[in-house]
Amino acid sequence: MNEITEDLKKDSTRTYEMIKLGVQVSIPIALGYIPVALTFGILAKQAGMSILELTMMSAFVYAGASQFMGANMIIHSASAIEIIVATFVLNFRHFIMSLSFMNQVQTNIGTKGRVSLGLGLTDESFAVSALHIDKADNKKGYIFFMTVILTAYLTWVLGSFLGGVLGDIIPEHLSNSMGIALYALFIGLLVPSIKKDIKVIIIVILAMAVNYIASQYMSEGWAIVLGTLIGGLSGVVLFKEEK
Amino acid sequence: MIFIIIIGMSLVTMLPRIIPAFLVEKIIFKDWINKWLSAIPYAALGAMIFPGVLYVKENDPSVGIIGGLVAIILAFLGLNVMFVVVGAILTVLLITM
Repeated sequence: MNEITEDLKKDSTRTYEMIKLGVQVSIPIALGYIPVALTFGILAKQAGMSILELTMMSAFVYAGASQFMGANMIIHSASAIEIIVATFVLNFRHFIMSLSFMNQVQTNIGTKGRVSLGLGLTDESFAVSALHIDKADNKKGYIFFMTVILTAYLTWVLGSFLGGVLGDIIPEHLSNSMGIALYALFIGLLVPSIKKDIKVIIIVILAMAVNYIASQYMSEGWAIVLGTLIGGLSGVVLFKEEK
Repeated sequence: MIFIIIIGMSLVTMLPRIIPAFLVEKIIFKDWINKWLSAIPYAALGAMIFPGVLYVKENDPSVGIIGGLVAIILAFLGLNVMFVVVGAILTVLLITM
C-alpha cells in the first residue's frame, strides 16, 4: 500500500516536472508566435475572412507560412485547389521532420501518442522537441512533448483570434523587431549542439547552402525540403554508430 | 468557399505530420537511414535559419545578420534560449530605431 502511494507521488512529481520544463522551453516559441499570429489575424480579416473562419484556419491548418500564403491568395482570388496545392508544397517539410521525430520516440511512445504529437508538429515545436529528444527516455516524456506542442498551439490559435478581434495591439516597431525571435530560437537551440559536437556545423552549413542555392530555382517549400534532406545525409558519414 | 479551403489546407498539412507516426512501426530502417533521420533536426534548423534570416527586415539583410550574430554570441556564452531570443529582439529594436 505504502509503496503504491509512494509510486503515485513520484509519478505526479515527474508529471509536474515535465509540464514545468515543457512550458519553460516553449516560452521562446510563444514569444515568437505572438506577433506573427496577431499579424495573421489582422491580414486574414483584411482578406475578408470572418473571426470564426480565421480562428478555425489557425486551429485546423496550424501552419503559419501557409496561412499567410492562403490569406494572400484569397485576396488575389486564387482557386481553392491552387491554395491547397501550394500549402502541400510549403508544408511537405513536416513529413521529413515528423519522420525524424517519430523514429526517435518510437520505442517509448505508442501509436496514439505519436499521432497526437504529430498533429501539433510545427517547425518550432519540432525543433524544440528534437533537441530535447532525451526526454523520450523518461517515463513521462510524452507529457513533456505534449506540453511543448500545446503551448505553441494555444498561443498560435489565441493570437490569431486576438489579431482578428483587436487589430494591431503591439506597436509596429516592436512587432517588426520580434521578427528575429524565431530565428534566434533556432540559433539558440543549435549552438549548444554545435558546442557539444563540432561536426554538427557541417550538417548545418550544408543544409543552409543547399537551401540557398535551391531557392533560386524552385519554390521555398521544396528548397527547404532539399536542404534538410541533403544536409541530413551528411550525418550518415559524420555520425558514429551511437545513435 | 473559405471553409472548403480550410478543410483542404488542413488535410494537406495534417497528413504529412501524422503519416510518419504509423510508418515508423511498419518499417524497420537500415542503420544509415536512422543516422540520416537523427541528423535531420540540425539540417532542418540550418535550412530554416538561412537564408530566411536575411529577410527579417525587407531590403535590409544587415538587420537579420546582426540580430543573428548577437544570438550566436549569446548562445555561445551559454545563455538560456529565452535570453538569446530576448537579446536578439532588443538588438533589432535598437538598430532599427
